[in-house]
Amino acid sequence: MRIRLILITGILISFFAGNAATLVIGGNQKIKRIKDAISLAQPGDTLLIHPGVYREGNIILEKTLVIKGLDYPVLDGENQFEIFTIHANHVVIEGLKFINTGIANINDLAAIKLLESKYVRILRNQFENTFFGIYLANSAHVWIEENELKSEAEAEYQIGNGIHLWKCNNITINNNIIKGHRDGIYFEFVTNSLITNNHSEGNMRYGLHFMFSNNDEYRNNTFKDNGAGVAVMYTKAVVMVNNNFIHNWGASAYGLLLKDIRDSQVTGNTFAENSVGIFMEGSSRNNIQQNKFYQNGYALKLQASCDDNEITQNNFQQNTFDLVTNGSLVLNKIEANYWDRYEGYDLDKDKTGDVPYRPISMYGTIVERMPEAILLWRSFLVLLLDKAEKAIPVLTPENLMDPAPVMRPYDFN
Amino acid sequence: MTRIIKYVFYDILRTRFIIFYTAFLLICTFAFFQLDGDFGKVVLSLMNVVLMAVPLVSVVFTTIHFFNSYEFIELMLAQPVNRKVVFLSEYLAVASSLCLAFVAGVGFPFILYGAWQPISTLMMTGIFLTLVFVSLAFFASVLTRDKAKAIGIALLFWFYFSLIYDGLLLWVIYSFSDYPLEKLTLTLIAFNPIDLARIIMLLQLDISALMGYTGAFYKNFFGSNLGILFSGSLLTLWVLWPILFAIRIFNKKDL
Repeated sequence: MRIRLILITGILISFFAGNAATLVIGGNQKIKRIKDAISLAQPGDTLLIHPGVYREGNIILEKTLVIKGLDYPVLDGENQFEIFTIHANHVVIEGLKFINTGIANINDLAAIKLLESKYVRILRNQFENTFFGIYLANSAHVWIEENELKSEAEAEYQIGNGIHLWKCNNITINNNIIKGHRDGIYFEFVTNSLITNNHSEGNMRYGLHFMFSNNDEYRNNTFKDNGAGVAVMYTKAVVMVNNNFIHNWGASAYGLLLKDIRDSQVTGNTFAENSVGIFMEGSSRNNIQQNKFYQNGYALKLQASCDDNEITQNNFQQNTFDLVTNGSLVLNKIEANYWDRYEGYDLDKDKTGDVPYRPISMYGTIVERMPEAILLWRSFLVLLLDKAEKAIPVLTPENLMDPAPVMRPYDFN
Repeated sequence: MTRIIKYVFYDILRTRFIIFYTAFLLICTFAFFQLDGDFGKVVLSLMNVVLMAVPLVSVVFTTIHFFNSYEFIELMLAQPVNRKVVFLSEYLAVASSLCLAFVAGVGFPFILYGAWQPISTLMMTGIFLTLVFVSLAFFASVLTRDKAKAIGIALLFWFYFSLIYDGLLLWVIYSFSDYPLEKLTLTLIAFNPIDLARIIMLLQLDISALMGYTGAFYKNFFGSNLGILFSGSLLTLWVLWPILFAIRIFNKKDL
């Protein structure tokens, strides 16, 4: 019985394998155009595209095909067209180079647009000057891996997002490089997805823009030099682990903007040289743990609208201001962090300071109200004011403190 | 002139104060290095020393030295030497010895630890502040015949520039915070050499402090070539005007 089953399976596999043909496309091949190959191909076939430049306008794919490029054949959108529009399951797009899609603000033209498709893989492609790079709508179980997206736009309205996802689930975005788009990665209504090992740099707006997307996880990504850093908004149960937020610099740039986030985790991340490390607003029950904050303008801006957050075991080093808030209400737990400004002592040698640390400096509060006052930063007067305030808090909320700061920085490496 | 400078120089060395000053700076710098391996932080700590201690020491030392060598100056003036030459020689000797002490005291550890980059601004502002406050101290010294009074005036200069002025500035910012103050504050900063020096250094070190729209405005201004030229020439002006006034008073003064 079992032998027969194996035999049948074997036959079936060889039958299908034998049936899946490979169509070769190229300037000196029988098939010269991708569109022709697509209309000739049977579902399950492989299209192998030879090097060359293909200008075919908008290619619509509604069959299950594997499309592979040899040495990155170029698909040119001639600054007018969307290149691939895909509405099929189990498609693979691999090793292609997309350039110059059209720019339109009504249609959202993309290099690869996926509509209501499942089990699609987009691997090792290159994108240059595409309006939207990869655009997914209403899709699921898609892998987007090792792609490189680069654009050079001067203004936000001239450019779309690198990887744009709308209403998707179970998506994996791994190892991509995204530069110079509007938002590097854009998530709206995307659930149960994974963003790992990506590098998002120099995008006009956000490195990662994240809304209404529950139960997602992003790990080991680097977000660098983006216009406004990373925004995570109106979401619950997001896990953010081991990411780097570096040098997101400007008047309204945040390393990480958390707005209306609930039950999420921010662990093991590095925030370096941002204007604001984390900006939190209207967020509750989040865990901010074991992160490194160094050389930020403000390490943490914790608005009074946040509650029940736990900020524990983080390193705060060389930030201009460790923490600022806009009210006197304190509903968050701040404990066991390392603060390089802590001046307390540890008599019982339990490695925790014996006096609480108040991370809010008076001058931080003043600058928050009157930005011009930054001009006096680090002057003798400010030093005196801060010391006086530390002794007798008047301006700063008295009970906002770390009751048990640690004496030595945590070693996270 | 070089001869008088030489004599004054020997005299300064003999008091040993300058050696203590050098040693103090050396120990400070080494201590900061011991406490923290991070160059950025060392420079930041030293910045406080430069902004506080350097002007204070310059002011006090200069006034005391001037009155201690009062007899020497009188003796010199009995000779056929121009008053201006005597006075300038005094100034140059005091200023250069203090500058040397500063450069040696702060610069040596940095060279030893191999950190050239971050200290060039620190050095420059330190030297400028020394020159400015030596000028101011000479100015204070010629204003009066009484040593204690002169030291008082000199200290007042120091106190005013490092504390009172900033207080007033903060008050202005506070009272007029409803108005766009960027340009006004920029102008007001020019009237205080310590603030000028501090901002030049802040732009090198603590860039992250200068954030937001206001920060960007200051950074654009002070970070540009025009800004560097502006602050540099302002500091030079701060060196020149007190000493020029002092020379004028000294020339007419009945010693």
